[in-house]
Amino acid sequence: MTIQIDSDICTGCGNCLASCPFGLIDIIDDKAHIDEGCTLCGACQEACEYDAITIEAVTETVAVDDSHRGIWVFAETKGDRLKPVSTELVSKGRELADTLGTELCAVCFGHSLNETEQLFAHGADKIYLIDDPVLANHQEDIYTRQLARLIEQHRPEIVLAGATALGRSFIPRVAAILKTGLTADCTGLEIDTERRLLLQTRPAFGGNVMATIICQARRPQMATVRPRVFKKNTPDQSRKGEIISVDFNKESITSRTKILDFVEDLTEKVNIEDADIIVSGGRGLDKPENFKLIEELAAVMGAAVGSSRPPVDDGWIPYSHQVGQTGKTVCPRLYIACGISGSVQHLAGMQTSDTIVAINNDPNAPIFEVATYGIVGDLFEVVPLMIKKLKG
Amino acid sequence: MNVLVCLKQVPGTTQVQIDSETNTLVREGIKNIVNPFDTYALEEGVRLKEQYGGKVTAISMGPPQAEEVLREAISTGADEAVLLSDSAFSGADTLATAYTLAQAINKTGEYDLIICGRQTIDGDTAQVGPELAEMLDIPVVTYVSRIEEIDNGQMRLQRMVEDGYETIETPLPALITVVKEINTPRLPSLRGLTKAKSAVIPVWDAAEIGADLNMVGRNGSATWVTRIFFPQRARQGEILEGSPEEQVETLINRLRDGQLI
Ligand SMILES: Cc1cc2nc3c(=O)[nH]c(=O)nc-3n(C[C@H](O)[C@H](O)[C@H](O)COP(=O)(O)OP(=O)(O)OC[C@H]3O[C@@H](n4cnc5c(N)ncnc54)[C@H](O)[C@@H]3O)c2cc1C
Ligand SMILES: Nc1ncnc2c1ncn2[C@@H]1O[C@H](COP(=O)(O)O)[C@@H](O)[C@H]1O
Repeated sequence: MTIQIDSDICTGCGNCLASCPFGLIDIIDDKAHIDEGCTLCGACQEACEYDAITIEAVTETVAVDDSHRGIWVFAETKGDRLKPVSTELVSKGRELADTLGTELCAVCFGHSLNETEQLFAHGADKIYLIDDPVLANHQEDIYTRQLARLIEQHRPEIVLAGATALGRSFIPRVAAILKTGLTADCTGLEIDTERRLLLQTRPAFGGNVMATIICQARRPQMATVRPRVFKKNTPDQSRKGEIISVDFNKESITSRTKILDFVEDLTEKVNIEDADIIVSGGRGLDKPENFKLIEELAAVMGAAVGSSRPPVDDGWIPYSHQVGQTGKTVCPRLYIACGISGSVQHLAGMQTSDTIVAINNDPNAPIFEVATYGIVGDLFEVVPLMIKKLKG
Repeated sequence: MNVLVCLKQVPGTTQVQIDSETNTLVREGIKNIVNPFDTYALEEGVRLKEQYGGKVTAISMGPPQAEEVLREAISTGADEAVLLSDSAFSGADTLATAYTLAQAINKTGEYDLIICGRQTIDGDTAQVGPELAEMLDIPVVTYVSRIEEIDNGQMRLQRMVEDGYETIETPLPALITVVKEINTPRLPSLRGLTKAKSAVIPVWDAAEIGADLNMVGRNGSATWVTRIFFPQRARQGEILEGSPEEQVETLINRLRDGQLI
């Protein structure tokens, strides 16, 4: 697999330079050259006005199977209830299904499940349901085989699941069985109606860039999405649908791994995911002991404490407080970012918050682009003033 | 106990910067490092070997310079290492990466345990481990924070989930992905460094592992990047004016008016 620049066509205009997320392109003797490390992402190809850049045509072994129809959401449960991410995904799935003019189905595994009608209220047309004591907890071997089997039988074109501990563990296995593509932790999902493609956007390449990913030739197109990335629609309790009880042959699928015990961790109950207000600190705090300032502000506001990644990496605060692509996704009513620059990865975890306040001494910090209210200033001056004023 | 550890070379991210003029990532001066999560995978493998005997083999797929991470692995306790490198492997998504690793692992022969990191810091998908396990048809346990016991071909593990810990039992061979709570990786020993310097690290290409060229690299990838963009957000919010006192005053009034506090 190679990328080539046709030096007869290349004019050395340099348009491709800025398109490369890695800055790997140089102009040498009026011709573009690509250095080692190219990931064949194709950004330069798109930027070239002269079609001088080619990425060797891909010979897909699997022809696009156009007979797949419908959007599926794996609706994760916990005990007898739905996880919030399930209704979030059904809400998004409804939009996508309407765009494609197709049906939306939820797949639900568990035991004595309540609330399944909520899936209809948020937009599902059908629910494939297995209710069995064997599935009372997350038996990943069984979930994997059973979901793959159902997909093979019913052939949906798109499958969405929550990027939870469960989803991130067993959905890749389903994709591997089906030999299809899976995009992790999407922050945006759209449809290219012409090609019936799911346009899956996520932060990528470890920098401040977003990548849109497609699964062109294989079906289904699969994606995971973190909790709280998409908002729930307004449920319509009068909406009804069809429940299809799936024939579950217990004997044909056994679980190699066994869950012997589960201990709930009560110490991590600072849960920022459930907080109404979050005050977060970043590298701008400079020293671990300065996190006290954030904690104090949070205390007077009745808020939870969040963090960007550097303070977590440096051990100033436990990982459970990290907001962002590799931490938690949060959606509080109020998010206050202190000394946080606003990298793509951080924004991915908090930009859907209702109101965002940014306190940063760099007027060009990207966090101001998402802030409802911005204060350009020194946090060590601003935050104590806020504390004083709020204590009144 | 034969342990295979999968390691990836990734750009050290702390230095990642955007060149404000060209709007691209500044790559110069960025050191390549072992994916941090994979160092915990290696350490756990080495500890198991020390406790139960056997050997640890480090495997990486990547460009020729990924050999560096394998030498580093040897300096911190791996016995052997294999580099999977071929221009046909470039542009691989997780499916093609898992396939390539699976082909190589089938060639290395007997193993009891495969250890992967929880996720890479560049790809950041946490998919390669579970996909690889499925391709090898072995059980997988993700987010392992402690190996409690290995006895009679069974392994008991502690695993981190959102709201607590599960204790899981799995038969071997199996694949696990580990979180950083599992251990503290050691620094290279002097002996290790000497060994790493002289170690011969075989490089296997597609032919060597009997890989189908339609299943590796970009050809074998189901997902492709179609567009890369720098998010352009129009600044819509309000930048509060005045002295710090005035700014804070305005902010608190706005928040009170909005009944946010
Ligand atoms: C794959 C991957 C995943 C990642 N996942 C995450 C994630 O989940 N969450 C996350 O947060 N990051 C994540 N990152 C890291 C991310 O790219 C950034 O490096 C990080 O978010 C930066 O954190 P920061 O804003 O605290 O630090 P910086 O970018 O260093 O910003 C510090 C800010 O503080 C300001 N400042 C300094 N002093 C003061 C002062 N006295 N008063 C006011 N302001 C001040 C500065 O102007 C600056 O804007 C990830 C990176 C990668 C590659
Ligand atoms: N190119 C590679 N070579 C070896 N191991 C890899 C490679 N890519 C991913 N892995 C392993 O798979 C894990 C998860 O990677 P990812 O799915 O990219 O987040 C990593 O922590 C590694 O253990």
